[in-house]
Amino acid sequence: MTMNIGGSVEKKDHAQKMSGKALYVGDYPLEGVLYGKLLHSSKARARIAEIRLPEIPEGYFVVDKNDVPGDNNVNIVKDDTPVFARETVEYIGDPILMVVGPDEAETERLLKAIEVVYEELPAVLNVRDFDTVFFEYDFGKGDIEKAFAEADKVYTEQFETGYQEQAYLETQGMIGEPQPDKMTVHGSMQCPYYVKGAVVRAMGSSPEGVQIKQDTTGGGFGGKEAFPSILACQVAVAAKKAGKPVRVIFDRREDMEFTSKRHPSLCTYKVAVKDGKITAMDIDVIFNGGAYTTLSAVVLQRGIICSSGVYKVDNLRVKGRAVKTNLVPSGAYRGFGAPQTFFAVEMIMDHIAFDLGLDPMQFKLDNAVKQGDATSTSGIYHFPVPLPEMVEKIDAASGYREKRLEYAIAQTGRYRRGVGSSMFFHGAGFTGSGERDHIKAVSKLHKYPDGSVEILVSNSDIGQGLKTTFSKIVAHELNLPYEKIIIENPDTDRVPDSGPTVASRSLMTVGELLRRAAIKLRESWVDGEDQIVEERFKEPDFLIPFYIDKFQGDAYPTYAWGVNVIEVEVDTLTGVSKILGAWGCFDVGTPVDLNVVLGQMEGGYLQGIGYASIEQMAADEKGRIRNNSFSDYIIPTSMDVPKLEVIMHVEKYPDGPYGAKGAGELPLVGAPGAYIGAMEQALRKPINKAPFSMDDTMKVLQGVKL
Amino acid sequence: MNSIDFVLNGKEVKFTGNPAARLLDVLRDDFRLTGVKCGCKEGECGACSVIIDGLLVNSCMVAMGSINGSTITTIEGYCETARYAVLDKAFASVSAVQCGYCIPGMVLAAECVLAKTPHPTEDEIRVGISGNLCRCTGYNAIVNAISIAAKEGNGLW
Repeated sequence: MTMNIGGSVEKKDHAQKMSGKALYVGDYPLEGVLYGKLLHSSKARARIAEIRLPEIPEGYFVVDKNDVPGDNNVNIVKDDTPVFARETVEYIGDPILMVVGPDEAETERLLKAIEVVYEELPAVLNVRDFDTVFFEYDFGKGDIEKAFAEADKVYTEQFETGYQEQAYLETQGMIGEPQPDKMTVHGSMQCPYYVKGAVVRAMGSSPEGVQIKQDTTGGGFGGKEAFPSILACQVAVAAKKAGKPVRVIFDRREDMEFTSKRHPSLCTYKVAVKDGKITAMDIDVIFNGGAYTTLSAVVLQRGIICSSGVYKVDNLRVKGRAVKTNLVPSGAYRGFGAPQTFFAVEMIMDHIAFDLGLDPMQFKLDNAVKQGDATSTSGIYHFPVPLPEMVEKIDAASGYREKRLEYAIAQTGRYRRGVGSSMFFHGAGFTGSGERDHIKAVSKLHKYPDGSVEILVSNSDIGQGLKTTFSKIVAHELNLPYEKIIIENPDTDRVPDSGPTVASRSLMTVGELLRRAAIKLRESWVDGEDQIVEERFKEPDFLIPFYIDKFQGDAYPTYAWGVNVIEVEVDTLTGVSKILGAWGCFDVGTPVDLNVVLGQMEGGYLQGIGYASIEQMAADEKGRIRNNSFSDYIIPTSMDVPKLEVIMHVEKYPDGPYGAKGAGELPLVGAPGAYIGAMEQALRKPINKAPFSMDDTMKVLQGVKL
Repeated sequence: MNSIDFVLNGKEVKFTGNPAARLLDVLRDDFRLTGVKCGCKEGECGACSVIIDGLLVNSCMVAMGSINGSTITTIEGYCETARYAVLDKAFASVSAVQCGYCIPGMVLAAECVLAKTPHPTEDEIRVGISGNLCRCTGYNAIVNAISIAAKEGNGLW
């Protein structure tokens, strides 16, 4: 039989998850496993003068930096995130030590009995007060001074975005299990080989001395890209010291306060307009990196590359900085820097259109790039840019143009409506030459004598359906029933390094490797024999090489595109706003399994709407994250956006499997622009921040300055 | 005399531990029913939902002392039923399960929606599952799945 690539099948992991039988890290038997509890810093910045321990009973252990057999640096991008705190703590939550023991209550009692004597140091708690720049990049093109000098009008505005917490339903968790000849760590994670690299380094071990296994993972959204490397090092060190398995499962408050979240941003845009066209942009981007660098360099790179949006800007200057604050380290979250800058560029485009008396969607379309145009980094949009067709589709579904005109007429009465729009892309895969220079992905297929075929890759199914889509690709090429394809959670002792599960790369890049591997296997297939085939990453030959030092070339091989329309109704008495409809037209190339793709689009879009509206998180004057529970950090329920409609558009990418492009992140990126655009129309006020909550609405209604 | 007696997934069971213990912890740790998920321990997320005497309840908010004489169903018991089979097929048909962590609770929420209203409107479904957070799906597929189950399971509820 031939697999219907576009259609849908029962997901590979459906039955296990549906019936509650799937084992997440917290579900393993507890017998013989010690509980580990972390002592987190209670100060934003301090020198640790002394740690006073209570009497530690037999069988209990205190684990800290002195127990790290290898290097007390977590292998992320740079060497500054410690496994356990060094002489100083740099944010509230910095892990100082771990108490480990057989009884959970006793372990907690010991933890609470520990006294840390801090010598407090001055802390930077507001991003505007930064004194340390972690990363700084600038690039540009054209003649920006000339363009501004010749402009009809110049617009300058600043935009601010807040934290966003991934809020995966399963908190972070990891178990370290010492074996006679190696350390095994398993748990909730996106990137087993990132975790392996980190544990090898912290343990001072050989690669063979560390085995990492992904357990069924209850959501990631970027939050389980880098953070699990830190926790894995900690449990490995503790398990080694105790000589027994150690498990750490975060509770929700610990997870929300102390694990990485989306970078808050401050973006300043200066835009030149001549004859109704954008002629120049001068952009300054600041991301709040928090206390350690973690992934800020790469998040910032994507953020600034996307900062001119979908627009043709011949004269461009971009400066980006990720700065240090004494707050929880920011990190990866679906969209990876792009939602912040896309929000800013979409808002300034809205504001310019308003000032010029033009419809924002038409104004945006008139300034949008086309196939063959240059990207922000002087690469090329090699493939068709389907925005005009997508705008027609979304207008037909949402009635945008008619509503926009209708709501522009002065509204009276208690309930006021507005409709907003956004256009955006997701640069598919790793930024720049990451795939070629760093990842060098390898995938394998193992055919067994009984004719079943096992997929061996390090990419993890965290809910996005990779087990299903990978299996479909291999089944399709081998003409095998879907049931004959085996795919387990990755175990670094069994699978090659096909790279991390990030950047919307897995299906597009690794899926294509698997497609080619399957063709290879088909061509060499011998019945009844055990066969293994391997396939390695090759860079598409059309690419203009990317140089990160100059920010020049093709930052991405291709782009997934999106257009959003959101319609709101604001109750001007109570400040409550209702989303009447959210429409998203998305082009992720050929959908490999339509249900899976729709699930990504709908789920990602709702996360984006949450980011724009209700998901508010902030630190207090001491640097403590206050919104540390689902009572204080509100994520959308089934009742918040009852009408959320996804419309697919297909512009195939020849180097992705069957024309597929990256899908996972795209649907989140455009939501803030469309939502805030709608709120602006309803409230008749420009808005320069996201999230824009009910409190903010009330302030606007009561004339309070935001 | 000194035990809390209740019916768990169709079997009479006794609990002799601390009556102040959380039902969630007892189900997971003592009875090893790990389909009951812990998402927040604050009654906000619904991942630990179980059915107690016909009502959907967050098991993290229930002390053992309060369940004497009750009948409790978790996903482990529910997945043996004909109604589960219908929901299973419906959820599979629209790929409503992503990371899966909210799903055991969500399935029991679906059961409670359908037990109360065998042919619910979309609004009734959305209200019925609104105490169960899902971060992956955006809820559309789950709502569709419950609608499909209501049609396909005609007569079961």
